[in-house]
Amino acid sequence: MAEHSEAGRVTRKGGGLAAYLRGVWAVAEKDVRTEFRAKEVVGTMAAFSVLAAVVFGLAFDLRVPRPELVVPGILWVIILFGGVLGLHRSFGSELDRGTLTGLLLAPVERSAIYLGKVAANLLYFLIMEALLVPVLLILFDVNLLKPLVLLALALGTVGYVGAGTLFAALTAQNRARETLLPVLLLPVLAPLFISGVGVTAVVLDGRGNAEAWPWLGIMGLYDALVYAIAFLLVDVIWERT
Amino acid sequence: MTKRAAPLIRCEQVEKRFGHKRVLRDVSFSVAAGEVLSLLGANGSGKTTLLRIIASLDRPDKGEVWLGPVPLSTAANEIRRYIGVVAHTPLLYDRLTGAENLQFFARLYDVKEPQRRIELLLQTLDLWRWRDSAVRTYSRGMSQRLAIARALLHDPPVVLLDEPDTGLDRESLKQMTGLIRQLRKRNRALLLTTHSMERAVAWADRVVELRAGRLHQLEGPNRIGK
Repeated sequence: MAEHSEAGRVTRKGGGLAAYLRGVWAVAEKDVRTEFRAKEVVGTMAAFSVLAAVVFGLAFDLRVPRPELVVPGILWVIILFGGVLGLHRSFGSELDRGTLTGLLLAPVERSAIYLGKVAANLLYFLIMEALLVPVLLILFDVNLLKPLVLLALALGTVGYVGAGTLFAALTAQNRARETLLPVLLLPVLAPLFISGVGVTAVVLDGRGNAEAWPWLGIMGLYDALVYAIAFLLVDVIWERT
Repeated sequence: MTKRAAPLIRCEQVEKRFGHKRVLRDVSFSVAAGEVLSLLGANGSGKTTLLRIIASLDRPDKGEVWLGPVPLSTAANEIRRYIGVVAHTPLLYDRLTGAENLQFFARLYDVKEPQRRIELLLQTLDLWRWRDSAVRTYSRGMSQRLAIARALLHDPPVVLLDEPDTGLDRESLKQMTGLIRQLRKRNRALLLTTHSMERAVAWADRVVELRAGRLHQLEGPNRIGK
């Protein structure tokens, strides 16, 4: 083909891992740049998480003797529902604007597009969680800035975003994606959610780190499984049948 | 035109079904380097599906598409480097500027010296002045020209244009005609779809029509004067 064109001269061919990572970075950077101009996702996720924390604060303030009893559940419930608000835009906005085809036409692996989206979503989640943790500290006087809780948050976020971005891609072409995504995703996230609550509760109760490690193991295994499945599926998701 | 002996696009007995509906039936044709083929057809006749298959976005249920000597079924990602697509939506990010859109796609296509290439295309397509304006502020004609710049950014030998005349004013249509002639002169293989017989004839060396998923030859090679 190259003899008919300057394509061989104008573009680099192959490139292996470096080209793959350039593709991932290009998609992530484009997503973040468009998001910080459109302010569609991060603002919604951040506002929801703060408001939900305040609502939980009002609901439990008078009835719960020790806030450590409820904070683990509150933290993970807010992350669960706040995250899903942003995830559906990941591929939904590409479809709405008709830009997904442009992405799929590019000579990059589908998994690089997926990972680029994951990277952008991780940043949005990080911003949401960076707001949520201090708000919970103010409202409930519970300090979540402890190494194992932060590790659980990191593992939970990586797994959630991996599964969520995959499900966002799967449901993007469905008109009811905004309702379909949480209905399909939340049951799948149950092991991650339960483990996250488990680790946070163990740490806040002061029960010793040994009890937290099995939960963290489950979270690590979950994350590995999610990304393995995602890499198997992303090539076939966008094929029309 | 010795290069016409070796087609750059070759479809052989392509069939595609969506559920029970057969959208394409036994479609075979080829387009050589330096040749323009117009594909006519009513809405729903399968034009876009055929273009999507050639662009490697969909797989045929039967048959094979070859780009040069390479069957599409064996080379998914790498072959996309040789295809440029102008769809009937511009495939652009309206929050990004014209230059940012091209920079993004230049990175995806791994274009060497992207700034030089982007400047050349924006100058050629008369968009240089608006390079730092968000695409959402562009007119339909400007968006279409930027979509063409995006499709030609990696200088592909195969160019697919899906209804490139949609929504264009007379001036933009004139520019489109000039661009198609230029690409033809530079030995690109062009396959375009349109609803307009007049433009199909004006732009192409050959005109074919899709009816009920089957391809019908309307004009033979080189019978249309250029």
